[in-house]
Amino acid sequence: MGTITTEEMMLNMGPQHPSTHGVLRLVVTLDGETIKAVDPVIGYLHRGTEKLAEDLNYTQIIPYTDRMDYLAAMLGNYNIVHCVETALGLEIPERAEYIRVIAMELQRIASHLVWWGTYLMDIGATTPFLVAFRDRETILNFFNELSGARLTYNYMRVGGVKWDVPPGWVERVGEFVQYMKKELASYHQLVTGNEIFLKRVIGVGAYTAEQAINYGLTGVTLRCTGVKWDLRRDEPYSIYDRFEFDVPTATEGDCWARYRLRMEEIVQSLRIVEQAVAQFPNDGDFMAKVPRVIRPPAGECYTRMESSKGELGTYIYSEGKDKPYRLKFRRPSFVNLSILPEILKGENMANTVAILGSIDIVLGEVDA
Amino acid sequence: MSQFLAQPLGWGTGLIFALSAVVLLGVVLGFVTYAIYFERKVVGWVQFRHGPTRTGPLGLLQTVADVLKLLLKEDIIPALADKPLFVLAPLIAFVPSFAVLATLPFTESIHFADLGIGLLYYIAVSGITTLGSLCGAWAANNKYSIIGGMRAAAQMISYEIPLIMSLVGVILMTGSLNLIDIVNKQAEMGMWFFIPQILGFGIFIIASLAELSRTPFDIVEAESELVAGHMTEYSGFRYAFFMLAEYVYVFGMASITTLVFLGGWLPPFEFLGFIPGIVWFILKFSFMVFFYMWLRATFPRMRADQLMQLGWKVLLPLSLVNIFVTALLKELL
Repeated sequence: MGTITTEEMMLNMGPQHPSTHGVLRLVVTLDGETIKAVDPVIGYLHRGTEKLAEDLNYTQIIPYTDRMDYLAAMLGNYNIVHCVETALGLEIPERAEYIRVIAMELQRIASHLVWWGTYLMDIGATTPFLVAFRDRETILNFFNELSGARLTYNYMRVGGVKWDVPPGWVERVGEFVQYMKKELASYHQLVTGNEIFLKRVIGVGAYTAEQAINYGLTGVTLRCTGVKWDLRRDEPYSIYDRFEFDVPTATEGDCWARYRLRMEEIVQSLRIVEQAVAQFPNDGDFMAKVPRVIRPPAGECYTRMESSKGELGTYIYSEGKDKPYRLKFRRPSFVNLSILPEILKGENMANTVAILGSIDIVLGEVDA
Repeated sequence: MSQFLAQPLGWGTGLIFALSAVVLLGVVLGFVTYAIYFERKVVGWVQFRHGPTRTGPLGLLQTVADVLKLLLKEDIIPALADKPLFVLAPLIAFVPSFAVLATLPFTESIHFADLGIGLLYYIAVSGITTLGSLCGAWAANNKYSIIGGMRAAAQMISYEIPLIMSLVGVILMTGSLNLIDIVNKQAEMGMWFFIPQILGFGIFIIASLAELSRTPFDIVEAESELVAGHMTEYSGFRYAFFMLAEYVYVFGMASITTLVFLGGWLPPFEFLGFIPGIVWFILKFSFMVFFYMWLRATFPRMRADQLMQLGWKVLLPLSLVNIFVTALLKELL
């Protein structure tokens, strides 16, 4: 019997493909259904945010950050204002900090909910998407009341937030937290125990802590390998040192670990929101006294924070003018995506979307 | 009916033959139209949505509108496609799906061909559809299509075998391949085959879902990886033909399950016998169709290699055990 000769096939996944979560293009080299090599091609959504920012004053940059990680715009907002505030050495009113933390943690939940829904969609289940979007809708309505927008909020300002919370808003957020805590049980009931689901994720797309660190992974993609690293705990910014929460970690480093961690992070975020609602100051300013024209002192400033995807950072090089000389965002989606070719090698074709989905990228942030 | 069928073919009988075939076609097309509507409604309810509501009262004309739209669409054949095969493939997929309907008895009196090998005929003819999917995949000259087509072929071959094997238990107990005999045997035994053949029933349900390529085994057209599998390049009415074949098989498979394992037109209890058999058939049949939709709304998809493993390493050995045990019990009792 002769040996069967096989020929490698090149498959172009994307940029128009139902499961690349936007305009990501993967050039996949296949041998049968086994992946030989993957070459991610990015840049289809590149808008030159960093370059554009050089011609904008600091307040004008904020709406651009909405459009980077458009599923977690509040976190993007905070990212830039936090850096400018640090450069200015501003004191932020307590009420503003509480509003920000509630908004950011709700945003983290919303982002993880979208991830949960779309991930299950990738794996072939359609209902979780609708379930997740129902509850995300409540959060978006909260943000709508805060800022007047559902996705691109442009809510935070250097020194505070644009609007105060509407009457009764904080109480309703508190009610939502209680509702969501109960609701999560049905999420698990629908998906987590499903044998087919478990078979799709356990042991799939695993990597080690060493690999994760070498590739600069952060967030859940790092914590799933057992590295306990969460900037909210390790380098507390804003008022995160006032809250009690756990940093969930796992050791397997596979899709299943990442799934569990994101679900657990929703619980932890709910805990933070619950505490923030309980401690919420009844009065006080929601905006600090900020000069009309913001001119950070000449020099460099880098700040980082824990977004829903990982470590989100801003680097500003200021010449003391009202516009940055150079602005750089450290975008976790972009960095986390870099490990994809390595972990996809040798995997089954059907695992591509399961692994890509588990990294949780937003193309707006990858390309910026 | 059987005396009627035995009459020599004349103009009168020929006309009635043709008419009843048209009636069956009408029933099946009506079923397909409203199965799609119902599927969208059921999945909608599971997902806190309404499903179609706008086209016609309660959205009842939605599928009609969809089909019209598909028929009016431009007929696109990709430039590098194998044209004759590309045109032929939907027909190869679709014709057998209607051909199998001939042997299905709906009640003891409403049926067409009372074939001695009805069950075998159904299984054998329905296998041809795979060829259609494979041809379409090959002819389209698209990489997603070809992967989808190869998966379709692998899946059908892997699951045809446990599907047939799981039926062998029933055939052993009945001693016939005739579907009417199978139902009558269940009446005679006083219980439906899903009780004595519980293992066979389980294997059959799983294998039939894989045969239908429905969730959780809709790997062939796994949209998250393969866009639309072998149908990627198809549009307009050629695509409609593939979809039609798929839903006609839902009709066929739900009927076969009802007949072989759920007692066909038999009432669940003797005292309910006054209700006509067709009502029972429709009830059980509808339950099976609902079951498929229910699964679709709640299950994720299996991976192709896991599917193969399940077929060859679990279902096939189990169905062999089932045959052995059935034969043993039949010999001993």
